[in-house]
Amino acid sequence: MSKITTDETEILAQQHPIAPYLRMDRMPHIWCPTCGIGTVVKCYATALEQSGVDLDKVAVVSGIGCTGRVAGYMKLDAFHTTHGRAIPFATGLKLGRPEMLVTVFSGDGDLAGIGGNHLIHTGRRNIDMLVILVNNFIYGMTGGQNAPTTPIPARSSTMPYGNFEPPFNLPHLVASCGATYVARWTSLHIRRLTKSFNEAIHRKGFRFIEVIAPCSTLYARLNKLGTGFHLMQFYHDHAEIHHGIDTREVGIGYQDTIICGKFIDEEKPTFLELMNNHYRKVLGDKFVPMPLEGGMIREQD
Amino acid sequence: MKADPAGVLTGAHYLDGDFACGEGAMAAGCRFVAGYPITPSTEVVERISRRFPMMGGIFIQMEDELASMAAVVGASWTGTKSMTVTSGPGFSLMMENIGLGAMMEAPCVVVNVQRGGPSTGLPTMVGQADIMQARWGSHGDYELIALSPQSPQEAFDLTIDAFNLSEIYRVPVMFMMDECVGHMTEKVVIPPAEEIEVVPRKLSKLKPEEYWPYSVNGGDIPEMVRAGDGYRFHTTGLTHDHRGYPDMSAECQELCVRRLVEKIKHNADKIVRFEEEETDGADVVVVTYGITARVARMGIEMARKKGVKVGVIRLIVIWPFPEKRIRELAGMVKAFVVPEINYGQIVLEVERCAAGKAAAVPVSHGGGGVHDPNDVCQAILGAAK
Repeated sequence: MSKITTDETEILAQQHPIAPYLRMDRMPHIWCPTCGIGTVVKCYATALEQSGVDLDKVAVVSGIGCTGRVAGYMKLDAFHTTHGRAIPFATGLKLGRPEMLVTVFSGDGDLAGIGGNHLIHTGRRNIDMLVILVNNFIYGMTGGQNAPTTPIPARSSTMPYGNFEPPFNLPHLVASCGATYVARWTSLHIRRLTKSFNEAIHRKGFRFIEVIAPCSTLYARLNKLGTGFHLMQFYHDHAEIHHGIDTREVGIGYQDTIICGKFIDEEKPTFLELMNNHYRKVLGDKFVPMPLEGGMIREQD
Repeated sequence: MKADPAGVLTGAHYLDGDFACGEGAMAAGCRFVAGYPITPSTEVVERISRRFPMMGGIFIQMEDELASMAAVVGASWTGTKSMTVTSGPGFSLMMENIGLGAMMEAPCVVVNVQRGGPSTGLPTMVGQADIMQARWGSHGDYELIALSPQSPQEAFDLTIDAFNLSEIYRVPVMFMMDECVGHMTEKVVIPPAEEIEVVPRKLSKLKPEEYWPYSVNGGDIPEMVRAGDGYRFHTTGLTHDHRGYPDMSAECQELCVRRLVEKIKHNADKIVRFEEEETDGADVVVVTYGITARVARMGIEMARKKGVKVGVIRLIVIWPFPEKRIRELAGMVKAFVVPEINYGQIVLEVERCAAGKAAAVPVSHGGGGVHDPNDVCQAILGAAK
C-alpha cells in the first residue's frame, strides 16, 4: 500500500459522505479509537440526509461527557451545555421557537445520572424532541467511574471490587414516563439504527433512542473484555431484536443479552399541542399562541 | 424601539412588587418564562402565567431551578426574551446555568426575591444577603449586572431596564428584589406602550459564511444570531475562540474570559446608576439599596435633626458598583454608613473603594425584618463623631 500524503488525507476527509454535516475544521475528533460514538454520529447524519428535513431548523444540544462532544462536531445550530442540562436547555430552545427540530445527543451519565430528573419530567410533559442516549455503561470522560447504567458486577474506577448498584433499564424508565417512541440498538446495528433515527425524526413528542456503544479505553479495559472489536463481536453474538417487547424485559445484565428493537411507537399530543388546544378551549379568541418562528420582537422596518 | 402593546397593561394600578415585576417583564417583551415555585417570588410567575396566553408568551413550570435556568438560556438563543424567577435556595441552584449564560453571552433576566438565609432560612421573610452571590455565585471569573428596586413602581420600571441591559451587554441580569418590596402593595403607573423604550435583540447582518459567534473585531460585545436562521453556529460552556470552538489553552482563556469581564468593566460608567442626595459637604454618607433605602430614610432624618450633615447614595444598579463616586466621596466625608439586611456585604465594597480614606460602618440585620431606624440614626451619629 502506498503512503497517503497530507493533502490526499484532506481530500479524502472532505469526500466523506457525511462531511457536509460535520465541522471538518474541528477534525480530528477527541474520541478514542474503537469508540462507538462516531458511528452513532454517522448514522444520525445519514438519517438527517435521508429525512429531507430543513437542516436550518435542526438544533443539536449536548451535555457534558464523551457523547456531550457531539454538538461540537455537528454543522448545525449546536449547543454544548452544562452537565445534565441538555434536555431543559433543549426545552427552552423548542418552546422559544416551536418550528425548531431539536435533538438532544448525550451520554448515559449525563442524561440518566445527573440529568435524570429532567429526563423523566420531559418525557412526562411529552416535549417534542428526539433524545439520543449513547450508553457505554461508564463515565468515560472522567476516567471510568460508575454510571447509573453500569451492570452488576462490572468493574469501574469507583467500584474497583465490582458494581453492586442496580442499573436503570432506560427504555422502561422513559416508556413509563410517556415517551412516544422508544428504541434501542447497538453501534453495530448501523442500518437499523439509521432507519430508526430517520423514523424518529418524523415522529412527534418525546422520542428516545438508546444506543449501546463500546468504550474500549475504560469499560472494556477495566473488565478485561478485550478491545472495541471484541465488544462489537459481543454485540453481534448477544444482541437480540424483539420489536414491541414489554420494556420491563429489556434490562441489561453484565455480558448478558442486549435486547434491541423498537419497543414503543405511538402518537400522543405534545406539550405544545396540549397547551395550545387547552388554551384555545378555555380562552377562545383571547388566546394568542407562541408564533412558530418564536417570540422575538423586531424593530418595525 | 417602542414596547409591544400586547404586553403593556397601561393605567394606574395597585400592585405588589412581585406583580409589578411580572408586568415589567411583559412590557419589556419577555415571552418565555421558566420557573419553579418558591416563596416569596411565586406571585411573579402567577401573574405572568395568567396573562401570557393572551400575548403569545409561554410559561413553563420546570422540575427544578437547574432546569428553569437551563431552559431560559436555551430560549434566549431563539431570540425570545426570557426570564426566570426565584428566591435564595433556587438562586443557589441556578448558579450553574447563570455561569453558562455568562459564558455563552445569552441575554436573560433572573429575578431573585430575597428572603432570609442561609439554606431554607426564612422562606416568608425579608433578607438582602444574596447580593454577593449575585456577583460571585457561579464559579470562575465573569461580570454581570444586578439591579435592586425599592418599590413596586421601580419593580416595574427596573425590570424593563434589566431586559434592556441584558440585550445591550449580552449578559444575564440579576434582578435583586427583596421580600418586602415583593410583597408591598403600592400604586404602580404603567405608561402607554409608545412611552416604553425596549431594546430588541440585535441580530447580525453578516452572511452565515462570514459569521462567527464570538468575533468582536476589537469591540467588547459580539453580534448575536439565533437558532433556526441558517447560521449553523456552535456555542459551548467550554473556553472558546471567536468561532465558538473549544480551545483548551491559557491563551484562549485569557482572550475569552478577559472579554467577559471587561465588557462590563469598560462600560461600567454607562451601566452604573444611583440616586445621590445632599452629599455636598456631608459628614456621613449612607449607602443603601432596596427596602432598606426606604427604612433608613427615617434614621437619616433623625440624624439630620440632631445636626449631622447626612448624604445618601441609593444604589439602583448594584453591580457594577459605583466605585468612582465612592472613591471621590471617600476623600470628602468622615464615614460611610451602610445599612443592609445581612451581616456585611455591600459595606465590604464601600470599604474597598474608600481605601482607608473614610470609615465604612455596617448596620447589620440578619433578616426576618427591617432595620429599626434608631439603629441607622445611632450608626450615623457614631460615625459623625
